[in-house]
Amino acid sequence: MTETDAPYRSDMASSVSTSSHLVVVGAGMVAHRFLESLRAREGAERLTITVIGEEDAAPYDRVGLTSFFSAASADELSLSPEPLDGIRFLRGERAVRIDREARTVTTDAGSTVRYDELVLATGSYAAELAVEGYRLAGVFVYRTLDDVRGIREWIAQRSQALGRPLRGAVIGGGLLGLEAAGALDGLGVGVTIVQSSNRLLSAQVDDAGGEALRRLIEQRGLDVRTNSRTTELAADAAGRVAGLRFDDLSTLDADIVIFSVGVRPRDELARAAGLEVAPRGGVVIDDGCRTSDPAIWAIGEVAAVDGQCFGLVAPGYSMAEVAADRLAGGDAVFPGADLSTKLKLSGVEVASFGDAFGATPGSLDVVYADPIAGVYKKLVLSDDAKTLLGGILVGDASNYSSLRPLLGAELGADPSAYLLPSDVEAPTGELPDAAVVCSCNNVAAHSIRSAVTEEGCTDVAGVKACTRAGAACGSCVPLVKKLVNAELAKAGRTVSTALCEHFPLSRAQLFDAVRITGLRSFSEILERHGSGGRGCDLCKPAVASILASLGNVHPLDGENATLQDTNDHVMANLQRDGSYSVVPRIPGGEITPEGLVVIGEVARDFGLYTKITGGQRIDLFGARLEQLPDIWRRLVDAGFESGHAYGKSLRTVKSCVGSTWCRYGVQDSVKLAIDLELRYRGLRSPHKFKMGVSGCARECAEARGKDVGVIATEKGWNLYVGGNGGFTPRHAQLLAEDLDTETLIRTIDRFVLYYVRTADRLQRTAPWVEELEGGIDGLRDVVLNDSLGIAEDLDEAMARHVDTYRDEWKATLEDPEKLARFASFVNAPRTPDPSLAYVEERGQRRPATDAERSSGISNGGVASGAITIAGPTLEVVRS
Amino acid sequence: MIAVCGLNDLLPERGAAALVGDEQVALFRTLDGDVYAVQQQDPYSGAHVLSRGIVGSRGEAPTVASPMYKQVFDLRTGECLDPQGRIPRRLRTWQVEVRAGQVYLGEAR
Repeated sequence: MTETDAPYRSDMASSVSTSSHLVVVGAGMVAHRFLESLRAREGAERLTITVIGEEDAAPYDRVGLTSFFSAASADELSLSPEPLDGIRFLRGERAVRIDREARTVTTDAGSTVRYDELVLATGSYAAELAVEGYRLAGVFVYRTLDDVRGIREWIAQRSQALGRPLRGAVIGGGLLGLEAAGALDGLGVGVTIVQSSNRLLSAQVDDAGGEALRRLIEQRGLDVRTNSRTTELAADAAGRVAGLRFDDLSTLDADIVIFSVGVRPRDELARAAGLEVAPRGGVVIDDGCRTSDPAIWAIGEVAAVDGQCFGLVAPGYSMAEVAADRLAGGDAVFPGADLSTKLKLSGVEVASFGDAFGATPGSLDVVYADPIAGVYKKLVLSDDAKTLLGGILVGDASNYSSLRPLLGAELGADPSAYLLPSDVEAPTGELPDAAVVCSCNNVAAHSIRSAVTEEGCTDVAGVKACTRAGAACGSCVPLVKKLVNAELAKAGRTVSTALCEHFPLSRAQLFDAVRITGLRSFSEILERHGSGGRGCDLCKPAVASILASLGNVHPLDGENATLQDTNDHVMANLQRDGSYSVVPRIPGGEITPEGLVVIGEVARDFGLYTKITGGQRIDLFGARLEQLPDIWRRLVDAGFESGHAYGKSLRTVKSCVGSTWCRYGVQDSVKLAIDLELRYRGLRSPHKFKMGVSGCARECAEARGKDVGVIATEKGWNLYVGGNGGFTPRHAQLLAEDLDTETLIRTIDRFVLYYVRTADRLQRTAPWVEELEGGIDGLRDVVLNDSLGIAEDLDEAMARHVDTYRDEWKATLEDPEKLARFASFVNAPRTPDPSLAYVEERGQRRPATDAERSSGISNGGVASGAITIAGPTLEVVRS
Repeated sequence: MIAVCGLNDLLPERGAAALVGDEQVALFRTLDGDVYAVQQQDPYSGAHVLSRGIVGSRGEAPTVASPMYKQVFDLRTGECLDPQGRIPRRLRTWQVEVRAGQVYLGEAR
């Protein structure tokens, strides 16, 4: 049994005794949030937790249900599995009875679970109108994954049978109704939204807003019928829904009907157990989320506060946090529901917040309406026109995130400024401390500010961990970032450049120190320049990289081997299942047919998955630790060497075919690419770096997307630096024009080494150039005009690198001590990791997913036919 | 207690995996010669890779950083010292004894 199978236990604080058993009924979004919050709390452990959920699915994002229509699988809606890890989860079982005397919950599958504390998070169900025909085939509600699956299947089946696009009706024009209508529209159904009141979203927007919304929705090809009460659903001869009849006796044809006329709390369990329920449904809770039974809590849509249930996720999350805090011994209080809403429906933005209808006595409306652009905005202000009380935004809700936190606060600017079209910049008044920035987790501006000033957070990630602001839906992250930066600037604080707790120096400072003192072992460097301890995963690889840059030491030589990340340690790239990938160097992307055959044979014989990389070489996946030396022996024998795909070092020099073949090429780009790749191979640097060479201005090698890009001209080469793809793509900037080959290479030498010596850990060339004094011009001065007087030193250092380069894999194969590091197990050096499992896909193997593994293992403990545990070890010895 | 390997089979400040029955265990030897044993499975990725992480220290605690997503664990207790923004997960640990140059594993804790 692995740890994750065991019930989750550890040290729990105050209010819960050591053997306490917590049962949660319901496994939706609110239950998920509750578990996540509870388990992240200090000492919220030593609780045994059982979750009972009637749906077959693990918790999923119900708010994102519509995206399931376009999503490939339900997995994309799944919430993080972590809060349920190690918890007993009775999935697909419905709780049918609570015995409050015995403190047990019984399920429809016959399980009886004892509880000390019980949390009801049973949610609600979609209401249906009791009209004639509401049980016909083709009539749906819109609530669960199963509903959505049913809708999708019905549409596929009926449109095929009828041979035409379907007509559909959505009954109910509230938030969910608009969602459902958008989903049907996306599936090619001609949609009519049927609303009994006089406008859409009648709970969120006023008449004028409803009118603007209606126009926007009709512009998108959906029909809207307001003031229409459905009296009957008509059937065809086969008992399928065929149309609607209204109270004015008019009719509407429909092949599919979706009811979205509101939700009702699932309080039947609580009722039967005799808990107090509200007159209009819902389990009555106090402001600590406790029901009339002190051992039972209720959160989310099933809970009623002052007689009211809330069908939105934000108040549910808020209750989840309160209940979690209470169970962990706190005294949090439900602050009241934030019913602010923002939604985007097939491109139509709508937001409603605070006192949107101006119910406060004496309140004033400031309205901006542009029927041509389809925009309606209204702010509700206090009678002195200073304090923001609420608002409605239709057609353009871009100011929602800056307005909502100002609820109850003085606007501090002319209100009309917030209502002008969004290309007019909104005022950026200072947020009041009490303003709620993150409404999912109820975090005020004050908490974010003090996370910076008191707790020492220096970035959004830190603040997120500290306050949970921005950890749920993420929509407030830009605002959080703005607050954090403002606080840092106010404090005049510069972010520490120390590598980690072991070194007070930045990487560049440490590089200089090591270069000058000439120390060559980590222990010596730590003793001289460090502040105690034994290093960590931040400083060790940084020191290894510095030592390698200074002297081409083998990554596995002596103490150096203890500094390497696993990739550098085994000279391969770790993949998600713990196997590695192997990339032989193919300089400039040029390879002989014989070379291709060898790579193909190695891949075939070791059962490796092969893929061509973006850098014009071949990646071989699925190699096990103990196989790496065997694989490399074959590759080295055939003349291949390490491609350093695992290192913070030069990766590839990509090239186009150049003047030797291409009709347009003006220089031999392949030859230059090969020369550059062989020159800089193995050079360790603060971050990986790539180069590209194009043989003419057509730029087929995409050289300007590389750290170093060279483009041929009639007279020589243009040199560009500081480009990259990845998370923040950058185009390289022109450093020098029309260089001859010798000058070009000398300039690249200096650029690369200057970068290696002075950049921060994991800083790519683009931000490094940006931060250099004088930027690209300053850089040009250093590498072309030697403004710092270091050029000679850099040139010598590069000559040393070129002279001392040796292939790391060849050296490893020649040294039995280094080879000993590739044992899979210290007591079984050649035994494959038994947890590896693969399935075949498109003629190659790939790691089995968790689902495939469990289905393989449920097959009587033996892997099913599709799964190969640890794969074939068919090393074919060739004569 | 089960004999697993010789002390000299373990390199200082580098981990090694051991197969104990069906169980994969990650062994670590610090510079001071202490030996620690924790589960080899990384709780965040599910892959059996913890022995391949970087060994170091956080304050007084000897640590390993998962090679997969860089969570840092206290080798003595299995406690997660840096969950990288995820929920802290504790590693199982084993009692270890070194006698006459042999490393023995005891009960899982």
